[in-house]
Parts: sequence; C-alpha cells; structure tokens
Amino acid sequence: MADVTNLRSPAEAGLSKLFETARRSFASDTTIAREEAFRFFEATGLPSRRVEAFKYTDLRAAITDVAPPAEAPSLDAARAAVARAVGFDGIEAARLTFVNGHLVRELSDLAAIPDGVRVTPLNEALTNGDVVLAQLAPVPQARENPVYQLNTAFLADGAVISVAAGAKPARPIHLRFVGSGDAPFSTATRVLVQLGEGAEFSLLESHEGPDQLTCQPNDALDVVVGPQAVFRHTRLNKEGDATIALSTLSLKVDTEAQVETVNLVTGAVLSRHQIYVHVAGDDTNVVVNGAAMLRNGQLADSTLLADHAAVGGVGREQFKWIIDGDATGVFQGKIIVRQVAQKTDGKMKSDCLLLTDEGQMMNKPELEIFADDVACGHGATCGAPDPDLLFYLMARGLPRAIAESLLVQAFVGEAVESVTHEGARAALIGEIEAWLRARG
Amino acid sequence: MLEIKNLVVQIEDNRILNGLNLTVNDGEVAAIMGPNGSGKSTLSYVIAGKEDYEVLDGEILLDGQNVLEMAADERAAAGIFLAFQYPLEIPGVGTMTFLKACLNAQRKARGEAELSTPDFIRAVNGAADKLEINKEMLKRALNVGFSGGEKKRMEILQMALLQPKFCVLDETDSGLDIDALRIVSEGVNALRDQGRSFLVITHYQRLLNHIVPDTVHVMSKGQIVKTGGKDLALELEASGYAEYRTGEAA
Repeated sequence: MADVTNLRSPAEAGLSKLFETARRSFASDTTIAREEAFRFFEATGLPSRRVEAFKYTDLRAAITDVAPPAEAPSLDAARAAVARAVGFDGIEAARLTFVNGHLVRELSDLAAIPDGVRVTPLNEALTNGDVVLAQLAPVPQARENPVYQLNTAFLADGAVISVAAGAKPARPIHLRFVGSGDAPFSTATRVLVQLGEGAEFSLLESHEGPDQLTCQPNDALDVVVGPQAVFRHTRLNKEGDATIALSTLSLKVDTEAQVETVNLVTGAVLSRHQIYVHVAGDDTNVVVNGAAMLRNGQLADSTLLADHAAVGGVGREQFKWIIDGDATGVFQGKIIVRQVAQKTDGKMKSDCLLLTDEGQMMNKPELEIFADDVACGHGATCGAPDPDLLFYLMARGLPRAIAESLLVQAFVGEAVESVTHEGARAALIGEIEAWLRARG
Repeated sequence: MLEIKNLVVQIEDNRILNGLNLTVNDGEVAAIMGPNGSGKSTLSYVIAGKEDYEVLDGEILLDGQNVLEMAADERAAAGIFLAFQYPLEIPGVGTMTFLKACLNAQRKARGEAELSTPDFIRAVNGAADKLEINKEMLKRALNVGFSGGEKKRMEILQMALLQPKFCVLDETDSGLDIDALRIVSEGVNALRDQGRSFLVITHYQRLLNHIVPDTVHVMSKGQIVKTGGKDLALELEASGYAEYRTGEAA
C-alpha cells in the first residue's frame, strides 16, 4: 500500500517554524516534555474533520494563519487591559493576572494568597524543580490530544497552586486571563492545582480579550484533587469576537473527593473546551456543567471524557446551549466505566434551545461500560422555545421578547445553579442577563 | 363588556368555531357548558390570543376595542385573563420573579408606575393567605411540583394580583377535590364586582353551585345554541348533552 502523506497546511508549517525558533529559549528546561509533545503534534497536525474527535470543530480549516506567541506586555499596557476586564469583578478573591498569556506579578495578589495555599509562578517552579510539577498532565488521555500537546510544546507561562491538606481558604483564587493588543497573537498557559487530603478550594477563571482580533489562546488547567478534598471551579469565556479559544481541563480525582466545575461561554468566534476527568479513587462525586450562549457566526465545542476507574463514582454532567443566529454548538461527551468501577452512577445530558432556524447543534454522547453493576445514562434534546410556555407567559402580560428571555434564562440557569460560590453564581447569572439584554 | 360577533375559527383546516355570538356584560358571570369537542377551550384560547388558531371571520370586542388585532400580552394588559385548564410548569422561573414580571409588564403597558417590592410582597402575601397558599410554594419554580389543586389556586392568585376586567376560567374545576373547589371558588367570588366579568367554562354543574352564574350558555359545534339562567345548568345536569350532540365530530 502506498504511503499517504498529508500536505501540511500553512498554519502547520508556521507552527513548526515557530517551534524551531522557540525551542532555543526552552533549552534549559527538561521538566516539560516539549519535544515529545511537538513530535506528537507534528504527526497529527491540526486536527481536521477527518479526525473523529474534531469532526464538528475543524481546527485545520479554522486556523488558516498561525499567530505568533505573544510577547510579555508592558506594565502600562497590562494595566490598561486589566482595567477593561470585568469577569468576576467585585468578588473577593486573590487574583493571578495573565495578560496575553504572561503572569503579571505587579497586577497579581501574590503577596495576599490565602493561608494554606502556595502559589508559585510556573517559570519559578520549573527553575527550582518544584516537586509538585510531577503532577503535571494528570490524565493520560489528554496527552493524546493535539490541542493539549500543542499547549505543552509552546508552554510559556503559568502557575502552580498547592492547597495544603485540610486547608479550607475562605477566599477563592481568580485566574484572570486578559488579552490586549492590536495584532494577532497566540498564548500557551498551564496552571497546575494540587489539593491535599481534605482540602477545600474554589478557583475562578475568566478569559476576556479585545474584539476583532484573531487571538489564539491555548490554556490548560491541570488539577489533582486529593482524597476527601473538595474542588470548585467556575469558568467564564468572554473572549473577543474573533478569538479562537482552545482550552483543556484535566482533573484527577482521588478517593471520596468532590469536584464541581461549571463553564459559561459567551465569547470567541470559535471555542473548544476539553474536559478530561480521571476518577482514580473510590466514592467520588463529580459535577461537570457547561452553558454556552452563542450568536451569529460563533461555534462553541465542549468535549468531555469522564473515565471511571474506581468504585462508586457519581458523575453529573449537564450542558445547556442557547443558539442564536447561525451559531453552532458542539457537545461530545463520553463516559467510560472500567471493569473495576462497579456502582458507578453517571448521568450526562445536553439540552439545546435553538432560537432561529439557521442555528445548529451537534450532540454526540457516548457510553463505554465494562462493569456490570452501574447506572449510567445520557440524553440530548434540541428544540425551539416551547410555544405553549411562551403563550402562558404572554397571556400574563409579558411581551414576547421578555417571555422568551425568561424562558432562555431559566433554561440556561439550570446549568449554573450548581455553582456553590454565591458570588461566582451571581456573576454567571449576570453574564446570562447581559447576553439577553444585548440580544434585545 | 365583551362582545363576540360571528366568530369563525379553524386550526389546520379544521373548523372549530362556526359563527359564534356571545355578549358578557360588565359584572356578569356567564357560564359556558357543552359536550367534549364543542369548541369551549378553543374559544378561551382565541379570546386570550393563542396564535395556533386562524380567525376567518368575526370580532371580539372588549369595551368596543377589537382584541383580535392584539398580541396575547397586549390583551392581558387590556384586561383579559385566562385561567388555564392545565397551568404550565416553568422550571427555572421563580414564582415570585414571574408574578412581579407580569404585574410590572402590565402596569408598564398601561403607563402605570412599577409596584415597589414591599408593596408587591404585601399584595402577593395577602392574596396567598386568602387562597390558603403555602408561602413555601411561592419560593419554588412556577407550578413545578405543584399538585393539580395548587396549580389552580396559583391561577386564581395571579388573577387576584393582576385585577383583570374579563376573566376566562377554562375548566377550573377539573382536578380539584371538594376543599380545593371551595377555596378556588371563594377566591373567584371575592373578585366579583360591577367592573369585572367572568366566562366560566365547565362540564359540570357542581362548580356553578359555588360560582353562581348570571347566565348559562350551551355550546355545541362551535356555536352558542341555547342561553338561559342558572337553572339551565341544573337541567343539563339532569338531561345531559344528548340533544346537542347530534352530528358532533368529537
């Protein structure tokens, strides 16, 4: 059989060239397996629709030009960018500010980190050979993903957050990612969070950037949740309207640990949020929720892999989609229950409200079950707002637009109700309301 | 006053109302009875402004204004209220949020100021007490997990808050036990006054023991075929609808 060689796209060739240049600055650092990651990426290339996992989100077609890695911004530029950022504003939290993918210490609360939490800038952790770095890339399947590997290859900045065993800081840490500038750029950040036994910790994460700029952030969050620890994560994607935002959340969950992660997407022309959950210990409880509110021209992809490799894991995954104009939603959710993972209880649901005839929703739920004593289910729905409900509301005096907004808010609100942190929940609800107001 | 003149309505080429005429004066309680499929619920939906129906001819005048040209929300603001036969559950929409949004939307449409939160809460609590509605219910999503009786009481609560001019009660007695029937009826009776009229749609005379009508109309094949006083309901209870059913499609 003849060998088939894929022609490299200009963007792929551009990435190779960029890596050649960038590898010189990486030379002294061996903790990050950049070479291996880039070789993996070169072998796969930017995934196209021919790759099953990217069938509905064709990155090869979407990324025609590769944006150069962002330089660290000047402090003035960073300050100006942060002044425009509103995500999770007003919530009492210790902030780690990343502007164009670079940690800006002057605009971060590194001196006011809550007791029991240690934050180390990634570059410092690499230089010092921080032992926590051994926990990087905690989910094996993520290491087979080209987006995640691209992040590894180009990793420029980030942080390591360690929460001591038993620590329960009242204040969350807020990872504030802000984009700024007038020329396209790419970023690659990695934040590693490690929770010791019995720790309880909340993390907020917001992403904002300028409109009409083809930014290409690729951010990864690796989280290792120790035994009986509780990790709560609220994420907001409010990127600029021309941004292609790629992100990966990898979660390793130990015995009797609890996880709650909720992601709201309103921004970016194209976004793909990949969630890998590795249930490594018995009797865990994991809630993964997502909501996307999309306008004309946007595509948002949530791709989830929950791998149950231990007994008695409870998983609740709920995704809500509001599709306006000709926007597209993509949900791919796979639950694997390994033979050892008896008594797993998993429920995955993706519901979509199509506000126009032009919108599209792609739902691909999968179950792969090898254990015989489990309760797993999935469901997906797609439809227009219920005309009977609309009539009921209008018959009470609500104009159509308000009635529809109320139904949309109620529909999407179900996914954010599970946010435990009151301020974060209110912030997401505020975003939902703002989106609806802007829709008119 | 509500006047319906020669109303002809169809849905998907299926003629439901065939030149219906009906007048309900201010302060009047009119009952409509009739066999299944005679078009009673269709009439209630068409008055309230449901869009699925095609009005081929006729008028519905509320105080002389043709409401057929108005959207459902405009009709509500003009004073039309439909108490649904099957009130809908709306998960995620808090009952209080809903009540306040409706009240203020109607006030806004009429050029009135919004009700302050303390005034609103006082009004809701007052109405809820009269209808023996548990305050905990008001904290839940609208109608979600409510029993049939609780949903009907919630409809009357909305009616009491919104103070409409013309109320249509579509089989409000269905699914109610004896106590709930009494409570709901008392709620309706408390709202009876000279400026407000009611159209009570029911299959059974028993509701009319509680909400005593001024007039009773018999509906069949999309028309009012007989009109009388409250005794007509008793006659129907005794004789049934057999004489009106001839040629009935469903």
